[in-house]
Amino acid sequence: MMLTPELVGQIINLLAAVMLLISFAMIAQRRVITLVDLFALQGFVLMLSTGFVAYTTGQTHLWYSAGITLLLKVLLLPWILHRLIRKLNVKWEFEGLINVPTTMLLGIVLVILSFNLALPIARVAGTITRGTVGIALAAVLLAFLMMIIRSKAIPQVIGFLAMENALFFAATAATYGMPMVVELGIALDVLVGVVILGVFFFQIRERFDSLDIHHLEKLKEE
Amino acid sequence: MNGQIAAVLGIPLVGGVILAALGHRRQAAEINIVLSALTFLASAALVAHVIGEGPFATFGNQFFVDSLNVFLVALTAFVALTTAIFSRPYMRIEEERGKLTAGRLRLFHSMYQLFTFTMLLVLLTNNLGVLWVATEAATLTTVLLVSLYRTPASLEAAWKYFILCGVGIAQALFGTILVYLAAQKVLGSGMDALLWTELARVRGALEPTVMSLAFVFLLVGYGTKVGLVPVHNWLPDAHAEGPTPVSAVLSGLLLNVALYALVRCKVLADGALGTGFAGELLMGFGLLSVVVAAFFLSRQRDIKRMFAYSSIEHMGLITFAFGMGGPVASFAGLLHMTVHSLTKSAIFFAVGHAAQKTGTQLMEDIRGLVRVSPTVGWSLMLGTVAILGLPPFGVFASEFLILTTAMREHPWATPILLVSLAVAFAAIFSKVQPMVFGETNANRLPHPPALLPVFVHLAATLVLGLYIPPYLAQWYREAAKLIG
Repeated sequence: MMLTPELVGQIINLLAAVMLLISFAMIAQRRVITLVDLFALQGFVLMLSTGFVAYTTGQTHLWYSAGITLLLKVLLLPWILHRLIRKLNVKWEFEGLINVPTTMLLGIVLVILSFNLALPIARVAGTITRGTVGIALAAVLLAFLMMIIRSKAIPQVIGFLAMENALFFAATAATYGMPMVVELGIALDVLVGVVILGVFFFQIRERFDSLDIHHLEKLKEE
Repeated sequence: MNGQIAAVLGIPLVGGVILAALGHRRQAAEINIVLSALTFLASAALVAHVIGEGPFATFGNQFFVDSLNVFLVALTAFVALTTAIFSRPYMRIEEERGKLTAGRLRLFHSMYQLFTFTMLLVLLTNNLGVLWVATEAATLTTVLLVSLYRTPASLEAAWKYFILCGVGIAQALFGTILVYLAAQKVLGSGMDALLWTELARVRGALEPTVMSLAFVFLLVGYGTKVGLVPVHNWLPDAHAEGPTPVSAVLSGLLLNVALYALVRCKVLADGALGTGFAGELLMGFGLLSVVVAAFFLSRQRDIKRMFAYSSIEHMGLITFAFGMGGPVASFAGLLHMTVHSLTKSAIFFAVGHAAQKTGTQLMEDIRGLVRVSPTVGWSLMLGTVAILGLPPFGVFASEFLILTTAMREHPWATPILLVSLAVAFAAIFSKVQPMVFGETNANRLPHPPALLPVFVHLAATLVLGLYIPPYLAQWYREAAKLIG
């Protein structure tokens, strides 16, 4: 069966919607293992949508980008995170700072805000995916929200990585992705960042016997 | 010219790998100095080339050098060299006292070189995407340096540094994507659409709405690294808890480099918008940083924290100057970047020795440095006098230029600036004075510490206050013209 551009456009919109749902699931999720799986799933959706954009526009570098996403964000990073969680014996469940319904409401406000913000961008963008810029921006802000409401180190890092995913999604939606060298550089930065954080987690654990970053709130202005 | 750029970037990159592979030997500190010296020589050759033949782009336009970045390359390589010289005895004493192990010193030396590399890459790259990647890499290389002592406080500082700068820099990535979006309309897809020289050429044709959005994101992103209020929270912690050589390069170099990234983006935004929007934002954030930092200064008890707030204040002042724009203000901003970088790193060297001798960073416990060690005492005093903007030091010249321009063009801002500078003066001077001249019963140190880097820096600041060599002035003027 031949994929028509209209069909691909609809698939991409569907994937964008799934992306947004995953972002909401992430801010509501309390189990750390599930959070990592959701992150992997988000990476997978990102890869699929990048792949579809590549297929319909014929931009070869997007195929590479999809490949990097698969390797790094679907396989390698979740594997590292799972390993870290196992090795560090992280508690399975954790509490957010705000309860789930309030978080959801905040999330909805952010989505409305980002759709407004995305209007001028979408107008300029000539891509078939420009409708999804708003969703990409919403996913960025939801990841931001997740970092603010979580008090544990690993969920914060997953929030950080989810933000990176959303930014890649935004780049694909608005501009068909950044030039190859830049994408490679970003991927390298993310990978090195996670490795450094892994080292860093062990240092925090060694010092505090816990990964609760409430221990990391001593430095304040008196 | 290709060779010079390759050397400037290659020496620290290869050096970092070599130092990591070698492991910690007795000579690692010396190798670190030699590598930094070679980088400095290469940057000097680059400067000579640019003076002789003017700006150029190379390696398929991926790297470029003009008056603006070549002066920062030279400054960065110079301060990196003097800091490497300072850190040799300093880190050795820390090791002897058991605060650091051989493994961590290996990490320190290797990361120090890689950090130098990332900063030079930020300065030399022509590609806004690579600029982002290198800025993020500069954070990554310093995170583990901030937590080098592995104390609870240093771990907290490093965590804060990573998360805040990581999130901030993510905003800058979104800004970069938006710039690319605007550029695609004019330049088409591909590598060229992110080249600064290309963007600067067609900046008048870039879509204004997108560029203004992009600039806001870039300002928040790179502004986090510059330490602009309200996204400055990582800065005092990282400066206070990291080892002193790291504080010196963070304050003296990294902030400058981040501000450089911001200024490059401002040039594009100005061209696309044709209004003072970007400049006004910079002025607003700069002024806010000056005011907030000045009032936080008096509440500090930790000496490195206090001088970190002073860095926020000065970066705010420079941001304000670039925001005003025009030949005089931009000239003053560039001069202030230079003298602040030299003076602040000199102060951190002196503070490092003072804290090491007395075993504390709490200012109320440091007293009578002049008695304990005249060199340390006097260098701290002179550095403080210089950073507070007293004549004849260079900070006076640049602050004077900034203030007079503000008086002429934005009179409303002048009283705010003057009050903040006065508050900062009172706060810092009243704390440093007893530290240097107060009563103490500690004994005089048998050997005066080697503080050559401090005096070299202060001498340079002094010279810049009395007399700016004509070629340097010419250079600043050209760079100021680029900033607009």
